[in-house]
Amino acid sequence: MATLSRADVVHVAHLARLGLDDAELARLEGQLNHILEQYAILAGLDTEGIPPTAQTIELENILRDDVVTASMPVADVLANAAEHDGAQIVVPAILGGDAE
Amino acid sequence: MTTARGAGVAPGAGSTSALDRYEAVIGIEVHCQLRTASKMFCGCSTDYDGAPPNSHVCPVCLGLPGTLPTINRRAVEHVLATGAAIGGTTPEATRWDRKNYFYPDLPKGYQISQFDLPLVSAGSLTFDTSDGPATVQIRRAHLEEDTAKLVHATTTEGRRVSLVDFNRSGAPLMEIVTEPDLRTGEQARRYAEELQLLLRSIGVSDADMERGQLRVEANVSLRPRGTEPFGIRTEVKNMNSFRAVERAIAFEVERQARALDAGETLAQETRGWSDDRGETYVMRSKEDSHDYRYFPEPDLPPLRVEPAWLAEIRRRLPELPAARRARYREALGLSAYDAEVLVSDPDAATLFEATLAADARLDATLDAKAVANWVTGEYLRLRNAAEGPISVGPGDLAHIVGQVAGGTISGANGKDVLAEHVATGRPAGEIIAARGFHQISDASEIDRVVDEVLAANPAAVADYAAGKAQAVGFLVGQVMKATRGQARAELVQSTLRARLDVPGDKVGG
Repeated sequence: MATLSRADVVHVAHLARLGLDDAELARLEGQLNHILEQYAILAGLDTEGIPPTAQTIELENILRDDVVTASMPVADVLANAAEHDGAQIVVPAILGGDAE
Repeated sequence: MTTARGAGVAPGAGSTSALDRYEAVIGIEVHCQLRTASKMFCGCSTDYDGAPPNSHVCPVCLGLPGTLPTINRRAVEHVLATGAAIGGTTPEATRWDRKNYFYPDLPKGYQISQFDLPLVSAGSLTFDTSDGPATVQIRRAHLEEDTAKLVHATTTEGRRVSLVDFNRSGAPLMEIVTEPDLRTGEQARRYAEELQLLLRSIGVSDADMERGQLRVEANVSLRPRGTEPFGIRTEVKNMNSFRAVERAIAFEVERQARALDAGETLAQETRGWSDDRGETYVMRSKEDSHDYRYFPEPDLPPLRVEPAWLAEIRRRLPELPAARRARYREALGLSAYDAEVLVSDPDAATLFEATLAADARLDATLDAKAVANWVTGEYLRLRNAAEGPISVGPGDLAHIVGQVAGGTISGANGKDVLAEHVATGRPAGEIIAARGFHQISDASEIDRVVDEVLAANPAAVADYAAGKAQAVGFLVGQVMKATRGQARAELVQSTLRARLDVPGDKVGG
C-alpha cells in the first residue's frame, strides 16, 4: 500500500482549497497515512466472488417522470448570495479557469 | 527562405505538406443538451432561453444543503436511445459518480456524472466524406448535469467579477466521446454533422451549435507517418460552428507540424479557437488541469437497465438517417444527392413521405423520383424564398406531380399551380380548373405555333443555320410563351429540330 508524501498532502489540500500551515500538514500527513494503513488491512481480505459494491442503499431505479415543478422566486435565490446585482450572483473573477 | 513552407507561412498555405509527413490523430468530445421539459435531477423547467437570470432554479440545482437529486427518466431514455442508434452496448447495472472541482458555475462543488460505468459504450457512426465513407468508433456516451452560465464583467469600481446565472445549472447533458479514429478536420466536421442529424432524428436533442446545445471539442495530436505512438495532444474548445471545427483542426495540425519541424516539444494544453483571428490560443496548461477525484455518488441509487426497457426504447426508435438514405437510394431509386437533401431536411423529408403516402391512398401511380424532384427542387425553392414556414398539402403535391407526369398539364404550369397553392392554400385541382391549364399534346396545334414562331424570328433561325445550336432554346421559349406554357415541351423540341434540320428547307425565308 502506497503512502502519502508531504507533497501529496499539500496537493490534496490545494484541491480542497484548504489553507494549512506546516504543523497542520504534518498532523494530517500522519492521520491520512494511518487511514491508508487501515485500508491496507481491508485490501488483504479475500473478496473473490463478491461483486463490487459502490454503496449500501438497498434501492434501485428511483426515477421521476419528466414533469416541471415550480422554481423559486428570484429574490429568494439571491437572498443567500454574499453579493448580487438584483438579477445575477456576483463572485470574484477567477482568472485562467474555464467552465467544463 | 525560398521554399513554400517557410517559418512565416500561414497555416492553411500548403496545408497538404504537413499531412504528407505527419498523421493527425483526432478524437471528438461532444456535449449535447437533451430535450426534456425538466432538469436532470429536479423539476425546474429547461425552457430558460431568454428568461430572467436565476428564474429557473430551486434548492436542488442550487446545491443547497439537505437536498437530494432524483433522476429524470426521460433523460436516461434519451441516452439509451442514442446508444441504440449508434449500436452501442449498455451494461445492466450503471451508476453515478461525483466529479469534484471548485468553480463558480458548479454550486455543489461537484458535478454528478458517470465515470467508469457509462450508460453506453462501444458504438460507432458512419458518415460520408469527400474521400468516401468513414466510420468512427464511439468509446462512450454518458449522462451528467450542465453547469451554470458565467459572464465575466468589470464593476463600476473597476473590480473584475463573474456574474452567475444558475438557470442552466442541472440541465441534462449527454457527453459522447469518440476513439481517436479521425484523421482530418473534414472527417471531424462530417462526424459532428452526422451526429447532429442523428440526435435530431431520434428526438433526443435540438443540437443547435449556436445556442450551445451541441458543444464540440477536439483532441488533436500528430505522429510521423508510419509510426504508432501518439504524440502530445492539445484539446481545442470554443468551436461554435461546424466550419469552425474543420478550420480549428486544420490550424492545429499545421501549428503542431511547424513546431515539431522546428524541434520544439509541444505542450499538453487546452486551446481555444478564435474564429475572427482564425487561430487557436492557450487557455490553460496541464499544470492547471483538474484532478477530479471521482467517487461513487452516495445520494443516488444505482440504475439497472433491464433488457425489456432497452428493447422498448429500441422498438420506439424511428428510421435512422443512414437507413433512410439507403432506402431512398435502393428501394425508391433516388439519386444520392436527392436522398441526402431529403434526409438532412426534416420539412422536405416529411413532405416527401406524406406525398408518397397520399399517392398510395389514391392509385399509387407516382414515381418516387418525380416526387423527390418536386420536393428538392420547387418546394425547397419556394420555402427558402419565403419569410416563414410554408405549407403544402401532400395530396395537392401528389395531384400536381401526377398531372404533370400524365401529360395533362405542363411542368411549367405545374410550378405555377404549386406556387399559387402555397400562396393561397387553394386545392391544386381547383387552381388547375380555374386557370384553364391543360397541356397541348396535339401535334397539328404545335406545328401551327412553331410555324408562327419561326416566321416571326428569322434572326434566330439564321443563327441556328450558322451553327449556333443554342438558338433552339430561344425558339422553344417563344413557343412556350405563345402557348402560355401549355405546350408539351418534348413535342416542341422535336418539332422545332425536325423543321430546322431538314436540309434545303429554308424555313421562314
